[in-house]
Amino acid sequence: MLAEHQMWQYRLRKRVTRGLLYGVLIAGAALMMLPFIWMITSSIKAPHEMTLRTIQWLPEVPQWQNYKIAWEAAPFDIYFRNSFLIAITVMFIEVIFSSLAAYAFAKLRFFGKNVLFVLFLGTMMIPGEVMLIPNYITMVNFGWVDTYYALIIPWTVSVFSIFLLRQFFLSIPHELFEAAVLDGCGKLKYLITVMLPLSKPALVTVMLFKFIGSWNSFLWVLIMTNTPSMRTIPVGLTYFVSDVGSYYNYLMAASTFAMAPILILFLLLQKQFIQGIARTGLKG
Amino acid sequence: MIRLPLEMRTKKYWKETAEAYLYLLPAFVILGMFSFYPVVKSIYMSFFDWSLLRETQYFIGLENYERILNDSVFRTAITNTLRYVIGYVPISIALGLIVAVLLNSKIKLRGPLRVAYFLPWVTSSVAISMVWRWIYNQHYGLLNMMLAGLANVVNTVVEFVTFGHMTEVWQFANPNWLMEPQWTIINIVIISVWQSLGYNMIIFLAGLQNIPHELYEAAEVDGASPWQSFWKITLPLISPTTFFISIISIIGAFKLFTEIYVLYTGRPGPVNSGMTIVYYVYRNAFERYRMGYASAAAYILFAIIFIFTLVQMRASRSRIHYGS
Repeated sequence: MLAEHQMWQYRLRKRVTRGLLYGVLIAGAALMMLPFIWMITSSIKAPHEMTLRTIQWLPEVPQWQNYKIAWEAAPFDIYFRNSFLIAITVMFIEVIFSSLAAYAFAKLRFFGKNVLFVLFLGTMMIPGEVMLIPNYITMVNFGWVDTYYALIIPWTVSVFSIFLLRQFFLSIPHELFEAAVLDGCGKLKYLITVMLPLSKPALVTVMLFKFIGSWNSFLWVLIMTNTPSMRTIPVGLTYFVSDVGSYYNYLMAASTFAMAPILILFLLLQKQFIQGIARTGLKG
Repeated sequence: MIRLPLEMRTKKYWKETAEAYLYLLPAFVILGMFSFYPVVKSIYMSFFDWSLLRETQYFIGLENYERILNDSVFRTAITNTLRYVIGYVPISIALGLIVAVLLNSKIKLRGPLRVAYFLPWVTSSVAISMVWRWIYNQHYGLLNMMLAGLANVVNTVVEFVTFGHMTEVWQFANPNWLMEPQWTIINIVIISVWQSLGYNMIIFLAGLQNIPHELYEAAEVDGASPWQSFWKITLPLISPTTFFISIISIIGAFKLFTEIYVLYTGRPGPVNSGMTIVYYVYRNAFERYRMGYASAAAYILFAIIFIFTLVQMRASRSRIHYGS
């Protein structure tokens, strides 16, 4: 009898902790989602609904035209085109440059390898802000201010990606490489036909990071662009604020479509993404 | 004559070296131009009165550093940045760990919950700071409306429980979050914690997977409570991850700029309450064109980050448990 009673107590306790666990986690998640929910519902509210003193979660009539009004109030089509163009170009060039460098560091034996590797890694320790000013002056001297060159070329190499890819390349058995080279396979051919296909998860991680980093980058674009035709989404958005002031329903509509591509990309590729981040943490 | 190691005397080795350098060339050129060169150049510039508005620049030795260190605005920037680091880093790490531990148990909905916590991290700081600006709005913002509602509930409950003896215990003052300087850093801490918690959680989750499950089973058999398991097993074994996260969080936190810039539409908050070191660099370089002065400030930032990281590495050496 006693055992049964204890069993019952044990089960009850398990249930309660379980319920508590779900309660806390779901409440927390709801809190995390709240700003997004508030952004989206605000974006489809009518002007008078934006000045209520009590919480109104949903608009009476969804004002979808807010999106159209916001879109047309600033050259968002240009901002989007720029953001996509820059992010995609940077992403592809970067993955090529980084793979080549990572391959050299992972598989080749050469003079000065360790020194160079430490030199590369050293740049990760230095905050980008230190380089900001000389880089700005370089851009002025090159005449690259307000051009795509300034927004693309400095970002086509990232030591972080090189490091990540190198770690992944190292995990591919070296015997494979030696055998292929002995059989007369060129080193570049080996990289393209064997290493890269085997490294898909790492490549996807690197590309995703780069795309998102480029899409969201702000300070550099802010100081590098003078004309609206060169602005990207984040910078365009800050100018849009000074134009529409406190029309928050339009601002929220603009924020929503500014985030949309990244959110969609993330939801589609969330598994690769989360695994990628987990990997960087473990190797760090 | 210096004798090269055996390996280096082969032709094959030097051929491979040539090939390796070819592969490294693009990365090296870009890094050389946009990382190695500017690191050296900005030290050099920091000793000059360097203005973009004229042709010749004047060497002034350490004067920039001297003036920065005596500038009360810079001191405000340091204090604000430190307040932010101290507020943000521990909270975001602790919350990240708590959520990770909770999510690490066998539960349904694990995937969607993970996505929900992580989502803020991928969104642009600019767009999201805009949303928070709306949330912080004094009259129509979600935060004040929710707090007012909460105050109402608390007051009603207290009044009921004390049979009407205590009324209006929480007089909600409707704070103007974005105008009152005492809130500036707190506002930013809230946004940053919200945005980075998910990232820390993911890294902690990966770390937690590496802790052998048998340890917990053994502890349970020995009658340890989940609470004890957390303090005696999880926390010590997760310490390398905690260390990693705290280093990158601190480095990131010292570079606070975008959130301030957007939340306060291009101003460093009311009465410089949001002036940070990077904002100081930005203002001097790109609003006042004092490039040498701003370079010196950037180097001071680097020095601070460097010292912090070094101290942390030293301090943690004995405390971190690295598994086999």
